[in-house]
Amino acid sequence: MKVTIDGISIDVEPGTTILNAARKIGGDIVPPAMCYYSKLEGSGGKCRTCLVKVSKGSEKDPRPMPKLVASCRTTVMDGMEVQNITSPEVLEARRGVVEMLLINHPLDCPICDQAGECDLQNLSFDHGVAKTRYEFDRRTFHKIDIGDKIQLHMTRCILCYRCVFTADQITDHRIHGILNRGDHSEISTYIQAAVDNDFSGNVIDVCPVGALTDKTFRFKNRVWFTKPVEAHRDCDHEKCSGKVTLWYKGEDVLRVTARKDQFGEVESFICNTCRFDKKKTSDWVIEGPRKVANWSVQTANHYEMLHPLPVVKPNPVLQEANKNQFERETRL
Amino acid sequence: MEALSNKRRVLEAKPMTFAERIYLPAILKGLSITLKHFFRKSVTVRYPEQKREFSENFRGMHSLKRDEEGRERCTACGLCALSCPAEAITMISAERKPGEEHLYREEKYAAVYEINMLRCIFCGLCEEACPKEAIYLDGDIVKPDYFRKELIYGKDKLVEAPLNQ
Repeated sequence: MKVTIDGISIDVEPGTTILNAARKIGGDIVPPAMCYYSKLEGSGGKCRTCLVKVSKGSEKDPRPMPKLVASCRTTVMDGMEVQNITSPEVLEARRGVVEMLLINHPLDCPICDQAGECDLQNLSFDHGVAKTRYEFDRRTFHKIDIGDKIQLHMTRCILCYRCVFTADQITDHRIHGILNRGDHSEISTYIQAAVDNDFSGNVIDVCPVGALTDKTFRFKNRVWFTKPVEAHRDCDHEKCSGKVTLWYKGEDVLRVTARKDQFGEVESFICNTCRFDKKKTSDWVIEGPRKVANWSVQTANHYEMLHPLPVVKPNPVLQEANKNQFERETRL
Repeated sequence: MEALSNKRRVLEAKPMTFAERIYLPAILKGLSITLKHFFRKSVTVRYPEQKREFSENFRGMHSLKRDEEGRERCTACGLCALSCPAEAITMISAERKPGEEHLYREEKYAAVYEINMLRCIFCGLCEEACPKEAIYLDGDIVKPDYFRKELIYGKDKLVEAPLNQ
């Protein structure tokens, strides 16, 4: 089936959603998604950030769709024409959606561990307005302890349901979910049972905001001061791939996460042993530094100079004088 | 010898006149200039007892501010360290324990906050980056010291004095 998104045509399988077709093309025209996750069945359709305009329904029925549609839930038709960033209507709607998502979001980015790799932060930076028009108190919740590995900040949640789908589909049995309805809905566990099984740590990676964060990394450091390094190990767990990103600060592994692709989705889920218990360099086979997109704050103050300057190289006196520094720089 | 440039000047030593030979007029002339300066306004100040007025946008030593209830404003978000072009700022954050609400404003605070005054160029970017209005370069000139390690200022020197004192 042929579909045209922002003037770029592509042939896709029947049943593909507009969002996935756009991801096949790639680049700027990919609608952002806060709730849709390609690895989780049934996700999507909740956050409305992926709204697009269908200016031509299909070859047979060329009428445009009357409203903006959620691209993660709408399948393509043959000859469909979609507008994303070329339509001012879509950008305006998306700005509204961002404002809506931020109504109850506390904007405590200075405290939040997710800051620097937060989808909502990026989204509001790209599309949102700097000021809020909301004048009332934001939602507050009683703090709930869901175990010693995962930290839940319910005030930051945007109710994307990704973690619920993860727990349903990746782990054996889930003990957390959404309680209450509407504005009162919250992610919680039944009578504060600890979320603890082999794959529960993946809810941290799928969470687009800082609602679920790694408790072992809590307040340890800021994301942009750590150095991401790709590594792998042979994991005993049959479902775990063992391919991870290690976040270094100096010699220490502060955090282990699954590898994320360009759309912010994990490449493969990892088990809790890899995530929480293997925090030594000797546990891992290092592949090399992770490539971080240039726009990301994580690249700040990271210099890609793993070799001594050419002036210093042939001079043994200078080398001796700078020995400490060389060792520090060439270690990773 | 060939001159290197045409700027060469031939100095001639003429024999001195009688007035020049007795030196007294020249000495008196010099002393009168010296005496005149005794009665002029002095151009220097006696630093550090006396200081010149700073301009309004002078940037001196950093201070970490407290809020109106006397709690530390800094949450160790790291934006000052990120924006610092000289990489002079480092910090270690910690979580606020129950019962410390009167000390720290937010859930997270800077347990260690160090500024290397030897690296700092007093550009004020940290001030601009701070989302919590916690750091200002409103202090005095940073005093010199004999040891480099003494010029890495910690929280003891940077944080404002508590309100009740």
